[in-house]
Amino acid sequence: MDRVPVLKLGDVLIVSIQVDLQDQGVLALQEDLADAVVATGARGVIIDITAVEIVDSFIGRMLATIASISRMLDAETVVVGMRPAVAITLVELGLSLGGVRTALNLEKGVALLNSSEDTQIAAAAR
Amino acid sequence: MTSSGELAIGGSSDIVLVRQRVRAAALEVGLSLVDQTKIVTAASELARNALVYAGGGRVRIEIVRNGVRMGLRLAFGDDGPGIPDIEQALVDGWTTGTGLGLGLGGSRRLVDEFDLRSAPGEGTLITVTKWTR
Repeated sequence: MDRVPVLKLGDVLIVSIQVDLQDQGVLALQEDLADAVVATGARGVIIDITAVEIVDSFIGRMLATIASISRMLDAETVVVGMRPAVAITLVELGLSLGGVRTALNLEKGVALLNSSEDTQIAAAAR
Repeated sequence: MTSSGELAIGGSSDIVLVRQRVRAAALEVGLSLVDQTKIVTAASELARNALVYAGGGRVRIEIVRNGVRMGLRLAFGDDGPGIPDIEQALVDGWTTGTGLGLGLGGSRRLVDEFDLRSAPGEGTLITVTKWTR
């Protein structure tokens, strides 16, 4: 079974899905990420789907679930690099990915996480 | 080279295989990138449905022609328990399983033609077609 490597960069975990994942691989990624968030104390998770050709309801639900699990573990999730055709198809499929933040690319995803962390720090200082 | 043929759906690795074969056929037919993505996504949903609700099934991939338009037709068949209430099964959010209930209704929106035949105890046959524009 293909396993997606989880990379750590500062406070952020980055995964880039490069293969057409089987359903078990999708579920394994969910667990690997939850473990990694706790083990590293990461504040953010970025899932790069630049290379993903389709997102069906199973993968879409996985993305939403990862976002929910991460939030419960005090980390923010951003999905980056969605292809235009994938976005069009997801909307038509009826999957809005509610609760999942998105950014156009990795750079913007990192910027988004940084800005929301600043907000948290500012709020705590008041 | 032709991408037509029949594939068995017996495990989740077959869902990946179905996606790859449908993608190849969609390219051969000349569907646009968005339409390729739509038909492959629909195929992924329907293959998973066959696996989850019927324990497996098969798909026939066929390149069809209607005048000058080319199309890709996929027929998903299974010998599972069948669908007692087809209208209900097509409603978004309705599921007897643990999924989101978007598979059937969502797939129907992603294709140009959608035909569902099923009866309790007689399995299910879902035929979808996507035409070039």
